[in-house]
Amino acid sequence: MKVSPAPFLFRGGIHPPDSKTATAALPLKDLPLPARLEVSTSQHLGAPAAPCVAVGDRVTAGQLIAKASGFISANVHAPAAGTIAAIREAPTPTGRTATAIIIETDADAPAGEPPYKPIPDWREQAPRSLLDRVAEAGIVGMGGAGFPTHVKLSPPGDKPIDTLILNGAECEPFLNSDNRLLIERAEQVWEGCQIIRRILGAGTIRVAIEDNKREAAKALAAAMESAPDDAHIHLLKTLYPQGSEKQQIYSVTGRTVPMGGLPMDVGCVVENVATAYAVWDAVVNGRPLTARAITVTGDAVNTPTNWFAPVGTSFADLVAASGGARDNLAKLIAGGPMMGFALPSLEVAMSKTSSGLLLFPRECVRPYRSMACINCGRCVEACPLGLMPNELSQAAEADDIDEAENRHVMDCFECGACAYVCPARRPLVQHMRRAKAVITQRRRAAAQQKKT
Amino acid sequence: MNTEQQNTAAGPELVVGVSPHIHSGASVERIMLDVVIALLPAVAAALYFFGLNAARLIVTCVATCLATEWICRRLMGRNNTLGDFSALVTGLLLALNLPPGLPTWMAIAGGVFAIAVAKQVFGGLGYNPFNPALAARAFLLISFTGPMTTWSASCIDATSTATPLGMVKEAFKAGAPAPFAMDGGLTLDFLLGNMNGCIGETSAIALLIGALYLLYRRVITWHIPVAFIGTVAIYAAILHAVNPAASMPVHFHLLTGGLMLGACFMATDMVTTPTTARGRLIFGVGCGLLTMVLRTVKTGAYPEGVSFAILIMNAFTPLINRATRHRIFGAAEAAKREARK
Ligand code: SF4
Ligand code: SF4
Repeated sequence: MKVSPAPFLFRGGIHPPDSKTATAALPLKDLPLPARLEVSTSQHLGAPAAPCVAVGDRVTAGQLIAKASGFISANVHAPAAGTIAAIREAPTPTGRTATAIIIETDADAPAGEPPYKPIPDWREQAPRSLLDRVAEAGIVGMGGAGFPTHVKLSPPGDKPIDTLILNGAECEPFLNSDNRLLIERAEQVWEGCQIIRRILGAGTIRVAIEDNKREAAKALAAAMESAPDDAHIHLLKTLYPQGSEKQQIYSVTGRTVPMGGLPMDVGCVVENVATAYAVWDAVVNGRPLTARAITVTGDAVNTPTNWFAPVGTSFADLVAASGGARDNLAKLIAGGPMMGFALPSLEVAMSKTSSGLLLFPRECVRPYRSMACINCGRCVEACPLGLMPNELSQAAEADDIDEAENRHVMDCFECGACAYVCPARRPLVQHMRRAKAVITQRRRAAAQQKKT
Repeated sequence: MNTEQQNTAAGPELVVGVSPHIHSGASVERIMLDVVIALLPAVAAALYFFGLNAARLIVTCVATCLATEWICRRLMGRNNTLGDFSALVTGLLLALNLPPGLPTWMAIAGGVFAIAVAKQVFGGLGYNPFNPALAARAFLLISFTGPMTTWSASCIDATSTATPLGMVKEAFKAGAPAPFAMDGGLTLDFLLGNMNGCIGETSAIALLIGALYLLYRRVITWHIPVAFIGTVAIYAAILHAVNPAASMPVHFHLLTGGLMLGACFMATDMVTTPTTARGRLIFGVGCGLLTMVLRTVKTGAYPEGVSFAILIMNAFTPLINRATRHRIFGAAEAAKREARK
């Protein structure tokens, strides 16, 4: 069927060991409903949702509990029936704090009707009504930062979209949540993808899967048997960061998103497979996004598992369900090892964007010392954007923020490829972040000044 | 600054730190150790051909460099850097770049200069603009020209005290024919290193084995050695084609005058050479051209020009780096879009 190697390859990138074997063959398991869920109002980019329930309220499964506030925001729903126990500040998996709604779940509550009307005949419905459903269901980009999907799916009229790319690269080591979703629920993912295409009015569908996930590609190809001729699966050369939007668009279409631009500038929209699955669930079953696949793995957890778990499950519950943590647990990472966040404690709840939870043992977390740059050029080879991480980092270190800005530090998306290869163990990503933060602050101040 | 430590403990158990949370395992120590390993064949060849003199110089230079490094860091109140093995590498390279008969105290002076002046004055490993071993060699050449250009005979010609390049230069100056008929036997001697020269520069075979190891370990890339040696070869081939009577054949130029040591080990020192592939090609070509100009230009021709060629190119490294930066992903497209507006 329509499976072929991707026709292009971006420059740079790295080959970390993929470390996926521990969970690659493990089917998704439904997590038993936790007694307590801590559902954050900020699981997406943009303004946090505004709670629309009060402490003591009873909620049903899928009930709206926080409303999108502002253009870039997303609804939040109750993953299970229960009682609102508290509304308070809580840490998020990305290291911030935000208001969270705590639900004491009621395991005996009857399943009940789906909160939204199923649209099994979506092929006959107007794209607009499908887009509204995506917005209602609180769907966000589940592969990365959680950009609200309904915003991404409403590009301005002067940016016609001709290509929808389904991102199944999962280039972060250790993770298998997207891989398992593709293997086990390929038809649903494929249908979700078609719904997205209908919303966008995009002509072509391109699926991007790294070539170390042949089983997933096969499953999807089978689901796509009857797909229109222009749909196509591209096997990407296994290379980090193939999963990054701009790199992937290049690998698949040969188009280069202009610096500072968006995928829609080159007629593309990239959606993650988990997002496509959520779209299917929302449209066909009328269910909002309240659960997702998450890989719990690493050498410091007893039973690595791929879970399908409700959003708001605390990592402590997830780890307990995975046989518990080993004594040598030294580092806890929400997300993948390249771009994920190290958490100070297990008392953090998973969100719509939590694709993995990694438990690293002490052996993997030895302290080290960073040295002066020895000019080896490995970071320069590795940077997928063609930046010079060595020079940027030295500029940041010398507080020469202007130099860093002129040399496009703002384009750095913190993929970590440079720091991964640096023999001097320079904290390159840290330096980029610092420079970016200073520049953002300056720009904000400048904008403020203009206004007044 | 360079003692910054990531992975600070948070709470009793868990360690937090900025992503990425995995690392390739590459380290400066390992890179330097690989260079030492790659130099072992050349060290063996030096000991074989130059015997006790080689041993004396190697021990002297290494000991001097390590001691100087330790003392400098202490005096500056900085951390001890003996463990990164860079001083060991400098010591070895310096020794290999010295003539066998050099008095010990001069070798010590070279070692002190390499570490104290050419490296630590600039801030230590990573900050030095010039290769410390080469800078020290240049310093010794200028300060002690006689001893640095006196070649106690190796086996090739027990009565001669000149290097092959030096002999050729004198011969051509006097209008005499080339002193070597580059027949098979002699070429083999040159390949193995059985000739006069600095103790570590004569054995092309030993140096090439080391270079292959560095390539295999990905410590160096092919660009500089290939561009360097290739340029010398082409330049020599053209000269030889134009005037066979007054120029030596290509393989003579490749196998003498420290070209292999320079191209494989000195010109690939990452600290002092460009970071991009294109930059390295330019650097290598520049080294090759300068080497041949220094070797063959008539008046005052400097037969062992490799070191100076590399040092001169070291000075251009920042410029080359600036000129060969990678194209930033999407920059051209953004510019086009701007232009359309
Ligand atoms: S973190 Fe930034 S500078 Fe480093 S490789 Fe990624 S994009 Fe380039
Ligand atoms: S990888 Fe590290 S040591 Fe090498 S050039 Fe980049 S910053 Fe410098």
